[in-house]
Amino acid sequence: MMERYQFFGYRRENGRVGIRNHVVILPLDDLSNAASEAVANNIKGTLALPHAYGRLQFGEDLELHFRTLIGTGANPNVAACVVIGIEPGWTGRVVEGIAKTGKPVAGFSIEGNGDITTIANASRKAREFVQWASEKQREVCSIQDLFVSTKCGESDTTSGLGSCPTVGNLIDKLDPLSATTCFGETSELTGAELVCASRAASKEVGERFLQVFNAYQQVIERHKTSDLSESQPTKGNIIGGLTTIEEKAFGNLQKIGKKAKFIDVLKPAEAPAKGPGLYYMDTSSAAAECVTLQAAAGFVVHLFPTGQGNVIGNPIEPVIKLTANPKTARTMSEHIDLDVSGILRRELTLDQAGDQLIDIMLRTCNGRLTCAEVLGHREFVMTKLYQSA
Amino acid sequence: MPTHFIVHDKADTVGVMVVENSQAGQDLTGWIMETDETITLKALDSVPLGHKIALNAINPGDTVLKYGHDVGRAVAAIGKGNHVHVHNMKTKRW
Repeated sequence: MMERYQFFGYRRENGRVGIRNHVVILPLDDLSNAASEAVANNIKGTLALPHAYGRLQFGEDLELHFRTLIGTGANPNVAACVVIGIEPGWTGRVVEGIAKTGKPVAGFSIEGNGDITTIANASRKAREFVQWASEKQREVCSIQDLFVSTKCGESDTTSGLGSCPTVGNLIDKLDPLSATTCFGETSELTGAELVCASRAASKEVGERFLQVFNAYQQVIERHKTSDLSESQPTKGNIIGGLTTIEEKAFGNLQKIGKKAKFIDVLKPAEAPAKGPGLYYMDTSSAAAECVTLQAAAGFVVHLFPTGQGNVIGNPIEPVIKLTANPKTARTMSEHIDLDVSGILRRELTLDQAGDQLIDIMLRTCNGRLTCAEVLGHREFVMTKLYQSA
Repeated sequence: MPTHFIVHDKADTVGVMVVENSQAGQDLTGWIMETDETITLKALDSVPLGHKIALNAINPGDTVLKYGHDVGRAVAAIGKGNHVHVHNMKTKRW
């Protein structure tokens, strides 16, 4: 049984295991997107991650910005990283953070050099990194080496009936084998928060979850202009038959299965530090924001149940999509890695569906491209906590 | 015999339609996952795939139960076999 759960991954300098071998060109800030994309255009086999932020942020929001960028570069799916920023100070801070993993990383800044010189210098370094990374070999790894995140999107009632419980079945099977797993989506636990708290491994962890949950509720209370209908649940959720946030929350929570207990509460993009087990992370429920934070925390493969057909991907963390909605499986088949609609027809048991998900996940870890990867979905979306100064 | 709707928990007051193109007046077969029981119900409305159907009469203000838990309240009278959605059910939160 144990042997069945092996996979072939890239073991990095710090011992962590990746399932992809990206060379990332990482802009520090919005201003550096153009140079980063130019380098990625020059040097084949690199991946630029343009984003919208990085200027005049402060306090906790700035800390989160750095944590997300450093965590993204540090993710084991990234073999090496080139950082480009407008000035050397903050660029250097990101480089130093990524360098702690021991992987190759270099920073370039634009002020005093201009885009063209910066692009030339960064392209030379990126060329070196790509050729170095291209010689890395996969090796046999075990489930203890695997960091798996989950988050669902454009859910409908079939998510709670089929696709989310399928992820839960996988978590219940992999948790005793010392996998490291993560769920989040704070606002989307509204109505099911006490049931979620009861799934904490200790009273203290449950209380910390409720503190985080209540703080998020305060943000919503402060800014809301309605009961959030069409935002949370989304318009797509409602089309799919979900009526209230409470109903959506109980469906969402099916993803953590029936047995596993979460052992810690993580800040957005915070790397797990308590060893193998299930972690809860405080995240938005917006798909790209949540997956970007989980990838920045070091998770290498993502399980994404969808009902109505959310098409999201992530540039560095492969996103595996599953649906139990037969109509979505039929009309959006190019987006669906695993069709578990047989659960609704009672042709497929949850146990069988869970095994199928483990199989497609391990094949993805071995190198099989996900639908989102093949279709070029690379949504890299930073979470911003409040206005910039 | 196809399963037209699925109920999570024995205590639930709504089930989820899992077939496309069901019709008002149709005799439906349902499956309660928790207890592995089969139940039957006459649909009063055409209920789309993934939408909810009332398993018994629900009065305005009553709590709607799904997963065995409170998932909102009825804001209109709902008959057994009626479509349950945003027109007759609302959140209790926010």
